[in-house]
Amino acid sequence: MDPFTDSAGAIARAVNARSTSAVEVAEALIPRAERVDAQLGAYLQRTPELMREHARRVDARVASGESLPLAGVPVAIKDNMCLTGTRTTAGSKILEGFVAPYTATAVQRLLDAGALPVGKTNLDEFAMGSSGENSALGLTRNPYDLDRVPGGSSAGSAAAVGGFEATLSLGSDTGGSIREPAAFCNVVGFKPTYGRVSRYGLIAFASSLDQIGPFARSVADAALVYDVIAGKDPLDATSVDRDVEPAAGFLREDLRGVRVGIVKEFALDALDAASRAVYEAAYADLERLGAELVDVTLPTAEYGLATYYLIAPAECSSNLARFDGVRYGLRADGADVGEMYERTRAAGFGPEVKRRILIGTYALSSGYYDAYYLKAQKARTRIAEDFARAFERCDAIVSPAASSPAFRFNAKSDPVTMYLMDYYTIPGSLAGLPSLSVPCGAALPEDGTRPMPMGLQMTTPLFTERALLGYAHAYERATLHAEKLTPVTAVIESSTSLRAPSGNRA
Amino acid sequence: MSSSTWEAVIGIECHVELKTASKMFCGCPNEFGGEPNTKVCPVCLALPGSLPVPNAMAIEHMLRAGLAFDATIPPLSKFDRKNYFYPDMPKNYQISQFDMPLTQGGVVRYWLEDGTRGECRLTRIHLEEDTGKSTHASADGRLAGATSSLIDFNRAGVPLMECVGEPDIRSADEAVAFLETLARTFRELGVSDVKMEEGSLRCDANVSIRKRGAAEYGTKAEIKNMNSFRSVRRAIASEIARQIEVVESGGRVIQETRGWDEAAGVTHSQRSKEEAHDYRYFPDPDLVPIDVTEETVARVRATLGETPYERYVRYVDTFGLDSKRATQLVDDAPLAAFFDRAVTASGGKAQAVVAFVLGDLARLANESGTPLAAGKVTPEALAELAELTSSNAINSKAAKQVVETLWNEGGSAKALVEREGLAQVSDRGAVAAIVDEVLAANPNVVADYKAGKTNVMGFLTGAVMKASRGKANPTLAQELLKEKLSGGS
Repeated sequence: MDPFTDSAGAIARAVNARSTSAVEVAEALIPRAERVDAQLGAYLQRTPELMREHARRVDARVASGESLPLAGVPVAIKDNMCLTGTRTTAGSKILEGFVAPYTATAVQRLLDAGALPVGKTNLDEFAMGSSGENSALGLTRNPYDLDRVPGGSSAGSAAAVGGFEATLSLGSDTGGSIREPAAFCNVVGFKPTYGRVSRYGLIAFASSLDQIGPFARSVADAALVYDVIAGKDPLDATSVDRDVEPAAGFLREDLRGVRVGIVKEFALDALDAASRAVYEAAYADLERLGAELVDVTLPTAEYGLATYYLIAPAECSSNLARFDGVRYGLRADGADVGEMYERTRAAGFGPEVKRRILIGTYALSSGYYDAYYLKAQKARTRIAEDFARAFERCDAIVSPAASSPAFRFNAKSDPVTMYLMDYYTIPGSLAGLPSLSVPCGAALPEDGTRPMPMGLQMTTPLFTERALLGYAHAYERATLHAEKLTPVTAVIESSTSLRAPSGNRA
Repeated sequence: MSSSTWEAVIGIECHVELKTASKMFCGCPNEFGGEPNTKVCPVCLALPGSLPVPNAMAIEHMLRAGLAFDATIPPLSKFDRKNYFYPDMPKNYQISQFDMPLTQGGVVRYWLEDGTRGECRLTRIHLEEDTGKSTHASADGRLAGATSSLIDFNRAGVPLMECVGEPDIRSADEAVAFLETLARTFRELGVSDVKMEEGSLRCDANVSIRKRGAAEYGTKAEIKNMNSFRSVRRAIASEIARQIEVVESGGRVIQETRGWDEAAGVTHSQRSKEEAHDYRYFPDPDLVPIDVTEETVARVRATLGETPYERYVRYVDTFGLDSKRATQLVDDAPLAAFFDRAVTASGGKAQAVVAFVLGDLARLANESGTPLAAGKVTPEALAELAELTSSNAINSKAAKQVVETLWNEGGSAKALVEREGLAQVSDRGAVAAIVDEVLAANPNVVADYKAGKTNVMGFLTGAVMKASRGKANPTLAQELLKEKLSGGS
């Protein structure tokens, strides 16, 4: 058993069988994460003592005869999720020093399943960004090229798994914040159907879009996490009370009989030649596995970005109002309460967060509500209807997960250029659909020296997570793209050959 | 010109805290008071990541309240966010209801002290959450020159219903009568304790004046900070007088919010319409729309009994009680229930029953501190007593004795009268014999009477009663005395 490279399934099997212990896994991982993270900066805070405490608890439970689905598996948690006793910052100065007094439901379910918390990972401030660069508290690098961004907003969660600093991680996806960084960091990133996973304890960005999901180095491991965290939570009124079909034991090896939709509006000629070649090969592989490729159309998809950038800021303008210096977090004193608010929020929020609060406040204002927010909601409904129509002709829709591979730091200073990174992921988010990114190859960027990983996005109808994970698993097992790349952080541990797990037969 | 030239137009909005075990969107206890910030959790403190979950009991209370006033319950309702910054509002938005409230329309029927009846239409009743409470403190702990504020969030998130009335009210007295009926009804339904002193009912009034008979409304002022029914009456009366004075002296009423100053007895301008908030309402994405099925409405409707107004009308119109007594009963639900059972058992002798319930029994209950309905007197015993007095089987003196004994010992009134031999003697021959004895024993008094001192009749009647050990029918005794004194020698 190798605690750095083995799959979550393999680690849990070994710990449950007591051929290794959770404490051994923790003691191996803690120093490694420290060394690797000095280069990657995936974590805002590592929690070695908490990890040891949980490891001892897991070992005791296993010793008493329990079998835990994630026994002894190291997990990283995006720092917009509360975990009792840990600083929980959302990557923002306004929450620097805030220690959560409670634990998010999804995190609690992971811990209850035997997972070990490695730490809290960096993110674009309040999950607003597509590169990780909007964090006010740290810089996270791409494990496959340290001069490039890891993607965002779940920057650290993608980098930690891609850089072998954790076996699994939790991220949150509002418009692509799991899928885009997963593509950039050569890992699987999975956003379940909106409402499948409780948002309780997830610091809200845009409540009607936010969804927690896993990063993993294999689809099977992502399925394992999904099975643990999905399901109704009485503490989240928007979590769906609907049976969860377990996915981990039901993954498939081929795509025979599966109709895969290629979206006309997502034509590959928008990409550069190298990227285009990667996706053309991916589509051909799907066909080779037995899938029937069908052309589908999402006529309103092109309005996705505009729609998203009204709804998400509108919700965020209200969600972030609570950060006012009164009860917790940063407070900048003022002559009266109004000035205290202004100074606190001026000092505490970064420029992208302020931009979105302003846009959202404007969109909800009296006299503009109908023209902006209400119209965006109508567009959102149309987009969802387009998907529903497309799914009459196919079982899954595939597309690139991001508009390009990971780019260099500071390459996209114009916000709209950055927003365009999520062109492919946003429509599915607006429709609430389950969607994932699975590694599908690599392309050498024009300004690069190493081939950078890319992700294939797969999207299926609402609540069809098991089918979605099955298709992705079949593709992954047949292509093994993730295993063809080695992160630059591998040199740190020259004794260990870093590969993605193969032969995960959960 | 005088105030009879002018007519006031008043619309009331009031906030009523609902009586539930837990707060509106979290599991914290919904209780008044306690050490500051002890009834709080991540949700009602708006900690990062926390989410609201609606309280089903609060929603059911809303339906009860609406149905009691014949409101319409739409099949679909939702929660919206009302955005504004205020330190005692943890999220800096209030979860409220904007365009799809749980209840729409309805009418509040009320009565005034003098028995006049009126009604006021409701616009809507909607559900929202309460805020915390701020206290401003200076370095020396006094409010004057406060340099910091302390906030208690125990009240934050308590379920609150906002009742919005149409501008159908025309006087301060009507406004109070409207509020009293709301309060009575909510208490009766168990949806709220309606304790104004604890702030569980808070009200604002929109007041304007117009020429009597005019169709258009005048410009309104919104009056806030009225903390008792008494201050509602005073504040509205004062505001009406102020507006008349403004207009009659050639001025113009401006649209503004005015605070009631209890000590000074006047309203003060607080803010004008120009400073009004843009609340940026939008549907709360953390909460799903509320489906109210026909089955739910039917189930809640089936739990509703007679409303206080219906009871009042029955007491006055059917039982013939005066407005004051009817109100006294209506305001004490257990007493009214006791009264109704006794009236039924007595075969409808409401007047006789009410005389005891609000008379001797009320006094005994008051003296002992035990509510009548919790005491030893059963409605059936009281019904017997009412029958005994209405049929003149016992006289009022005996009745007093029976009441006292029933209060202390319980049991049957008839059995008691039998046991104690308290039945009134109405037999003409028997009473005449006693009268003869008394007259024979008091020749001087008889002489006085005959000399014109007719006021000795009281003495003689008393002597007859005494001689009969209180059992003689006093009316009959007087009649026989008169007959014998005038007819005799």
